[in-house]
Amino acid sequence: MKFKHALLEKNVVLLAIGVVLTVAIGGLVEIIPLHTIKSTIEPVQGMRPYTPLELAGRNIYMREGCYNCHSQMIRPFRDEVERYGPYSLAAESMYDHPFQWGSKRTGPDLARVGGKYSNEWHQAHFKDPRAVVPESVMPPYSFLARRDLVVKDIAAHLEALRAVGVPYTDEMIKSAAADLAAQADPEGDYAALLKRYPKAAVGDFDGDPKRLTEMDALIAFIQILGRMVDFKTVTPEQLKR
Amino acid sequence: MSVAAGTLGTAQAPAGTGERVAYDYGVVRLFTIATVFWGVAAFLAGVYIALELAFPVLNLDLEWTSFGRLRPLHTSAAIFAFGGNALFATSLYVVQRTCRAPLWGGPAAAEFLFWGYQLFIVMAATGYIFGITQGREYAEPEWYTDIWLTAIWVLYFAIYFGTIVRRKEPHIYVANWFYLAFIVTVAILHLGNNLAVPVSLLGAKSYSVFSGVQDALTQWWYGHNAVGFFLTAGFLGIMYYFVPKRAERPIYSYRLSIVHFWSLIFLYIWAGPHHLHYTALPDWAQSLGMMFSVMLWMPSWGGMINGLMTLSGAWDKLRTDPVLRFLVAAVGFYGMSTFEGPVMSIKAVNALSHYTDWTIGHVHSGALGWVAFISFGAVYFLVPKLWGKRELYSLKLVSYHFWIATIGIVLYITAMWVSGIMQGLMWRAYDKLGFLQYSFAETVAAMHPYYVIRATGGVLFLTGALLMVYNIVKTVRSGEPVNEPVAAPLGTTAARVQAAE
Repeated sequence: MKFKHALLEKNVVLLAIGVVLTVAIGGLVEIIPLHTIKSTIEPVQGMRPYTPLELAGRNIYMREGCYNCHSQMIRPFRDEVERYGPYSLAAESMYDHPFQWGSKRTGPDLARVGGKYSNEWHQAHFKDPRAVVPESVMPPYSFLARRDLVVKDIAAHLEALRAVGVPYTDEMIKSAAADLAAQADPEGDYAALLKRYPKAAVGDFDGDPKRLTEMDALIAFIQILGRMVDFKTVTPEQLKR
Repeated sequence: MSVAAGTLGTAQAPAGTGERVAYDYGVVRLFTIATVFWGVAAFLAGVYIALELAFPVLNLDLEWTSFGRLRPLHTSAAIFAFGGNALFATSLYVVQRTCRAPLWGGPAAAEFLFWGYQLFIVMAATGYIFGITQGREYAEPEWYTDIWLTAIWVLYFAIYFGTIVRRKEPHIYVANWFYLAFIVTVAILHLGNNLAVPVSLLGAKSYSVFSGVQDALTQWWYGHNAVGFFLTAGFLGIMYYFVPKRAERPIYSYRLSIVHFWSLIFLYIWAGPHHLHYTALPDWAQSLGMMFSVMLWMPSWGGMINGLMTLSGAWDKLRTDPVLRFLVAAVGFYGMSTFEGPVMSIKAVNALSHYTDWTIGHVHSGALGWVAFISFGAVYFLVPKLWGKRELYSLKLVSYHFWIATIGIVLYITAMWVSGIMQGLMWRAYDKLGFLQYSFAETVAAMHPYYVIRATGGVLFLTGALLMVYNIVKTVRSGEPVNEPVAAPLGTTAARVQAAE
């Protein structure tokens, strides 16, 4: 039996089915193995879900479209590793819903910016980037410091993330609202928070200890970027296991 | 060749038989107006954010006018508002003409489609300005807007598919294959990439189902094929109808259109991972993405050759017909950017080009040169037909538009080549002592002159579009009417084509 293309040209149902089958193949072959092959994400010590405050900061990061100009993905090149730090591992974004690797560096990569600059530097930089970096073309974000952080139901955010696979525990969800407030409180009791979320930066972030602002949240998020995994202890052999 | 001539001919076959079909041009007119309106809006937003990068004071220290919020506004306005309306206008025109059937569902459904899609645009755009976003490039609208678009898209599919089903032509014309592939595949991509769990049914915020590396590939499977199917397959549908119509020549090769259609839609889907070279995406996926991107060069040029060679025997028309010049220059730009794309997908090249302005330049040679130019050509073709005029108000203005816009594109893409390659080289430059030679801030400062040149190119492109607005308004208001009614007997052009054969 000889196939004639005219068959498809005369039957729109067959044509549509042909299109669906043709475009399905590539996507299936590339995407499904990423979910089934174990070595896609090599496990690494130190990864944990974001604290409620970091999560709120991350949502502000997306709201302001920071990903349009900043990547969070260091490639394995000598110059990038020297400029930004160890190249990014897949495991480091395993709790990122959505990923924020970015596609453009109008500004520098931020995958390991946490801890590189002080909170005071970030405050000054967000208020007026050119006051600290004269060559910068970044927009100013002074309104973040003026605006209280409002997250209606932070526990619901954690629950939604748990539904898509982030290992938030019942305890984390129960204490979400308290953790949100405690992390940026200069007089807060951080012991429980740090037990749940090791390495979280704590204390006042925005220079105004009396208020919990959007600036607090964003800087708390910036300060954890790239700091969860201790690269002094990670070796390639470990990753292969 | 003879098959090709036959098909274009049969699509318009009953020349002189006087048979009339009551085509629905009303909705095509609406979509055409929307194309022009959103085009100007998209170009204006583009010029503004280009100026913001050159002169950051223009961010105004207001949340609603910062680059981070306006950039998605610009990209969505260009792709989905301008490009989308152009696709709706042309596809709903072409499907009626080539099937000799009015739209399935009648004018009411079509009008609902129009307003429903405009509502989607407004929902998405206001979301960006007020900071409601999924944080996924080119898929920024949140879950509730995504659901609305899904409903609208189902209606679009039903109207388009239904019109083909009730066609009076035995063959489905090539342009419709491309439009159909665009409609079907964009639906799959949209659903796949926007899987998310809302925090609350009363709130806008949601979290994507996938994370990290899987999320990245899903996003670029979507993102690259938004280019492949929204901005390529759909616009090839425009090419396959409007180039032969305006040139009054049959499609060069029917066989080539079959081969390049199936190979194009098969290969495009694989190319997404080239957006993730040298990232934490597994190597095997990167290599597959690169390999298929390079192969994609062939079917892309198959389309270009088929479009350009349609001009065989009619090249002289380029001199006298600026509308055809738009259509053909678009195909030329298509060929150029579909060569540049595979080059940039090679890992060694991508190591330099990724994260730089080179990518932005590449996108714009496609978006301005291909997508916008072929849309301008189609709009200039359609307006007199839709409003029952003999010809456009001024072909001379079309010619000015063409040259001003072309110079704008050249300024844009050359500035981005230079700034992109320069920044890539500066990032990896080492001094004699083995230290990185430039701080990041120095590479930003070096971009300034090119950002000014790029913005100038954008201003020229916008100026050209404003000439188009003036020309269209004058055509509609005071163009010389055609004696025959709008829903004219079919095939006057086809009759000439057949006579030429």
